[in-house]
Amino acid sequence: MAKEEQDKILDEVTQSDYKYGFVTDIENDDIGRGLSEDVIRMISAKKNEPEFMLEFRLKAYRHWLTMKMPEWAYLKIPEINYQDIIYYSAPKQKAKLESMDDVDPEIRATFDKLGIPLDEQKLLSNVAVDVVMDSSSVKTTFKQALAEKGVIFCSFSDAVQEHPDLIQEYMGTVVPIQDNFFAALNSAVFSDGSFVYIPKGVRCPMELSTYFRINAENTGQFERTLIVCEDESYVSYLEGCTAPMRDENQLHAAIVEIIVKDNAEVKYSTVQNWYPGNKEGLGGIYNFVTKRGICEGKNAKLMWAQVETGSAVTWKYPSTILKGDGSSSEFYSVAVTNNHQQADTGSKMIHIGNNTKSTIISKGISAGKSSNSYRGLVKVTKNCEGARNFSQCDSLLLGDKCGAHTFPYLEIGNKSAKVEHEATTSKIGEDQIFYCNQRGISTEDAIGLIVNGYAKEVINKMPMEFAVEAQKLLAISLEGSVG
Amino acid sequence: MLSIKNLHVSIDGKEILKGINLEIKPGEVHAIMGPNGAGKSTLASVLAGRDLYEVTEGEITFQGKNILDMAPEDRAKEGIFLGFQYPIEIPGVSTVNFMKTAVNEHRKHKGLDPLTASDFLKLMRDKKALVEIDSKLTNRSVNEGFSGGEKKKNEIFQMAMLEPKLAVLDETDSGLDIDALRIVANGVNKLKTADNSTIVITHYQRLLDYIIPDVVHVLFDGRIVKTAGKELALELEEKGYDWIKEENGK
Repeated sequence: MAKEEQDKILDEVTQSDYKYGFVTDIENDDIGRGLSEDVIRMISAKKNEPEFMLEFRLKAYRHWLTMKMPEWAYLKIPEINYQDIIYYSAPKQKAKLESMDDVDPEIRATFDKLGIPLDEQKLLSNVAVDVVMDSSSVKTTFKQALAEKGVIFCSFSDAVQEHPDLIQEYMGTVVPIQDNFFAALNSAVFSDGSFVYIPKGVRCPMELSTYFRINAENTGQFERTLIVCEDESYVSYLEGCTAPMRDENQLHAAIVEIIVKDNAEVKYSTVQNWYPGNKEGLGGIYNFVTKRGICEGKNAKLMWAQVETGSAVTWKYPSTILKGDGSSSEFYSVAVTNNHQQADTGSKMIHIGNNTKSTIISKGISAGKSSNSYRGLVKVTKNCEGARNFSQCDSLLLGDKCGAHTFPYLEIGNKSAKVEHEATTSKIGEDQIFYCNQRGISTEDAIGLIVNGYAKEVINKMPMEFAVEAQKLLAISLEGSVG
Repeated sequence: MLSIKNLHVSIDGKEILKGINLEIKPGEVHAIMGPNGAGKSTLASVLAGRDLYEVTEGEITFQGKNILDMAPEDRAKEGIFLGFQYPIEIPGVSTVNFMKTAVNEHRKHKGLDPLTASDFLKLMRDKKALVEIDSKLTNRSVNEGFSGGEKKKNEIFQMAMLEPKLAVLDETDSGLDIDALRIVANGVNKLKTADNSTIVITHYQRLLDYIIPDVVHVLFDGRIVKTAGKELALELEEKGYDWIKEENGK
């Protein structure tokens, strides 16, 4: 294919619009810009939190003040003025939601538009949804039905009020406040998120899902998810994210903590589609996320599956600490970057328990002028016998202006460990496109076929509804970027 | 069906085809033979619309339409099929999904609705039987890990699925053992009708024992230097290409 034509198609089709970029006009309750102990006290007071929460926040804040933003990632990030961000903004609505009718119609309309109806009758019958807009949770569906099984699924704020003992016991145990710069910041100012508790022996009867939406301007979104799975329990959890199109960058720094006990199993799926910025790289979300789970009990299982297509900058490494003997973890990821997006993402698997197993399958797809890095750590501690890891990192390049990088780290402290690492880099070949063309398939469709084929291994790991959405998202994010 | 007039083609400024003239009528099978580097594969690629090549002069009309300005996928949907000399592997894309997309694109072009899943699978089954291709192959990613012979069978299978008006088979016989050759040739013969035409590009007479051409052309140094009936192929087999070279002063 001629160079100019290739560029033309590349340009044309990598420019499909971000369809979630609208803004909802609702009144917000915000506390103004800036960060200080007073601001933190104000957030805690607004949320009517018990004393231990405020202490947790202040401790995190004081620690954060001593920290610097990490610079080791393969990312170019302009300096962020942390005093220029609004740390709390919530849609103003009635004090307490008893039924669907209490949700502000504007907010309902927003989520309808996003394809997330809040009306339980209209929902997919097997998915319960917690909806977080800016700093607060708007609505959690199917709460009642779940409660009958003893499952707790609610907003983090509600959990703090209704189950303070559980929060106090588990919060910060997997991601401590001093863990990293963004984790400390989140711990200081986080405003909402989701809490999941699955009691012993319960198989959660439906998929649990949290949908995050940034709406207000100049705000940061700092949410926190905590999932606790008692012995022999099971849950599949999904999260999705979108934000309006704005020329300013917005900060998103989240924490996810997962605790998996004996013989329990958690599946955690993400479709991340924050606004990626425009074609020239203006605007977009800075996505700095710390996700970590611990397989605390024996034979515990944790699976991460993610499709990442959004954000101007992504910095995230969902990790698992394999502490229980015989525990295992899998990480499946497709990360797409286009235009000027940058991603430095991967996974960490820390093997502590004996006979622990981990798998990392990472598929990076880069187009436009983007940069896409895989960074992963496999660590086997000294006393860990019989650990096994398999890592596979594939990069697919579309066009010749993008970059893909792989930074694998292996720290093996025990001779009995078996660790494999495979990496490939490929381009969508002009000959593959021509072959498809010759069978009557247009270049755009050919790329859709090839990219979805490439990502299939990961997408297949997602729950059905999400897999379909993820597949569409991939096609939209990449149409026509020929290499 | 196909009319090529005074076709000149260059790649990177070097002229490969130096004035090709060719007329193919519906129902005809033409064989194009010639030594390595004569321009046979270039001709096949240009017909399919590969834009590595620059057409500097001449015209190609297919069913009365000028195809030189048509995109490769549009030529395909008009009914031109290229059986690749080296079929391409597309990892991760299942043959089923690939063919479904292709077949439905062809149907859309004809104003037809997409096939339902069950109709499509039935079509697959029928065509697989026709060209004697194993389900083991069609269940895999397109050409991935196929042997040379399997790839060629898969080309004929795709041809059966798409039912082209003009099939251009570029050295479909290369790399085939005698059994595979027979299967591939049988497939081509079964797909033959009074309305569709075939161009068989080959080095050797061998394939032409199975696919009987109406006309044989010899392509040499970018030109068609000899055109005759099927007996020409036998003569070439016996005498090689040297006499052609000598006749043409090289």
